[in-house]
Amino acid sequence: MFSDFTTAELGAIFAMQGFAGLILFAVFVLMALGLAIIFGQMKVINMAHGEFMILGAYVTYVTSNMFASHIPDFFGYYFLVAIVLAFLAAGALGALVEWGMIRFLYKRPLDTLLATWGLSLILQQTYRSVFGAREVGVVTPEWLDGSYRLTDMIEVPINGMFVMAIAVMATIAVALLMYRSSWGKQVRAVVQNRPMAGAVGINTARVDRMTFALGCGIAGIAGSAFTMIGSTGPTAGQAYIVDTFLVVVFGGAASLMGTVASAFTISQSQSILEFFMGGSMAKVLTLLTVVVILMLRPQGLFTLKVRR
Amino acid sequence: MPFNTFKEYMSRQDVLAFAVLALLLLVVFPLSLDILRLNQVGKFLSFAFVAVGLVLCWGYGGILSLGQGVFYGLGGYAMAMYLKLEASSPENTSIQSTPGIPDFMDWNRITELPWFWVPFNSLTVALIAIVVVPAVFAYLIGFAMFKRRVSGVYFAIITQSIAAIMTILIIGQQGLTGGVNGITDLRTLKGWEINTDFASYVFYFVCVAMLFVCLFIAQFIRMSKVGKILIAMRGQEDRVRFSGYDIANFKIFVFCVGAAFAGIGGAMFTLQEGFMSPSFVGIVPSIEMVIFCAVGGRLSLPGAVYGALLVNIAKTTFGEAFPQLWLFAMGLIFIGVVLALPNGVAGVYNTFFARPVDALMARVLGRDKTRNTLTVPEQGVTS
Repeated sequence: MFSDFTTAELGAIFAMQGFAGLILFAVFVLMALGLAIIFGQMKVINMAHGEFMILGAYVTYVTSNMFASHIPDFFGYYFLVAIVLAFLAAGALGALVEWGMIRFLYKRPLDTLLATWGLSLILQQTYRSVFGAREVGVVTPEWLDGSYRLTDMIEVPINGMFVMAIAVMATIAVALLMYRSSWGKQVRAVVQNRPMAGAVGINTARVDRMTFALGCGIAGIAGSAFTMIGSTGPTAGQAYIVDTFLVVVFGGAASLMGTVASAFTISQSQSILEFFMGGSMAKVLTLLTVVVILMLRPQGLFTLKVRR
Repeated sequence: MPFNTFKEYMSRQDVLAFAVLALLLLVVFPLSLDILRLNQVGKFLSFAFVAVGLVLCWGYGGILSLGQGVFYGLGGYAMAMYLKLEASSPENTSIQSTPGIPDFMDWNRITELPWFWVPFNSLTVALIAIVVVPAVFAYLIGFAMFKRRVSGVYFAIITQSIAAIMTILIIGQQGLTGGVNGITDLRTLKGWEINTDFASYVFYFVCVAMLFVCLFIAQFIRMSKVGKILIAMRGQEDRVRFSGYDIANFKIFVFCVGAAFAGIGGAMFTLQEGFMSPSFVGIVPSIEMVIFCAVGGRLSLPGAVYGALLVNIAKTTFGEAFPQLWLFAMGLIFIGVVLALPNGVAGVYNTFFARPVDALMARVLGRDKTRNTLTVPEQGVTS
């Protein structure tokens, strides 16, 4: 399949597809970060994760409309406000869901899957009723338009780089929060040994709620970032859920590094294969490889060494 | 013979439950519904096969598979491939550029029947494939995973990914599989028209008969030693392992049985609906099948059938009238069943009606002495 192209062309193809893969990587990382916290730390299967993401996207959409109609002078900066609002909205909904539903199901992880699937149906229909079934898009601020020319064959879009920057910042923030703050220490303590963590005075119920809310909030940020590279529909979240779960599981559920590494591997291979064999076969081949590797190495790429 | 007496195979309550179900499916529905509605019920019953398999896998074995749609699809496609080949005889397809191959292949400029279609020229092969292909596929998945002690949520996620892969593959390979439209335009089975009212009646009763065959097999597994080990495994996997049982083999077995049931269900669907498409393979239908099982009660075999019927009837009647409200209702059913009724409709029956019915039967038929010693107290979802 390589013989039709010259070396220079191949290089450019790999660079361009590699860059497209990097955007996909950012998307996966943003999606998977929240899920890695919720699934990896709490063992809750949140099938509504995609819908939390879409909530962030709709919040961004509403914010951009508000800015356009009320304070058009500041329109260029709406995204900075929107991303915070998206985090807060998704996080608040997450806390509410944890309080109303998830906390009863911690001992039945498979049942969280069914209940959150029900939640995802309700959220989808809510979005459809409120925003309509059609996909909506936001007007990107001017400073995100256009692309940056690296060489005459390689071009990188600015909005893609922006999304990547958000992904990097979110990852660093989560890493700091989990491994450098006292709250992160509490979360890890609860994950490793819940009764013991409770015995030393950690309010495990509160930690659970905050963890779930944080995971959902990050999904909100992801959704907000997505509006920069694509449009949003009520059912858009569902399309990502399998990929995201595979990213988290492939990386080794409890490891943040693993999540980033597996998101990188999956997105790069998918994006490069896509050019040569078309979207659907590339996806099949990537997912299949991941599934087979997971069958051979169920614990994922990176494992947390904990004595149980 | 694993059972000494009939009562060890079926308790009195089980007999009653099976009898009521048989009465409903064989007498009440055929007499009260017109053929269109009956055909619809038959379609719903094809999902009940999957739900019955899930009772064994999930309710008893504790293995939640989110990929049952794959097996349903494999069974359905096996049947559909045979019927499609019969419908695309060279005479029927003489206007195509390559007569004798299915029309969608011709549209996709395929000039030769692909190798995996060739065996489906034979009805016998197709009928065997309906059961064997899903079971073998389940065996491969189960062997790879259970031998490595992967279970629980990881198993659920991986089976779900397999369902996703399968859908993408079927839709992507349009020339080989019929793509997103699936395999349509099926006309005859061994020269016999399958789209007539009479054929619908026949298929309905075949479907009910097959369902009862599956129910009796499932009941056999449930009450046999395997069933007891499954229950023990669900509760305390390690203790069963330390007692010398190979856990993985039991899980693989029950997963294969579930897959074979699903395959039969898929074939029944194809026969009654006259088509098969990837929309019954993917993630959404697979999860819906789990919901049928959950609503009916994950520990009750007849309950699974009722679950499939109830959810589907609600979906068609309520969903057609209020399509927007239906998704809300469906979502609430999911959450409500999980939170409030973990043992589903059957759980409600067991809590409120089982005792009075038992007392009534004791008064009419005399005391059932074996009952207390033989039925395992199924507390179901406890923790």
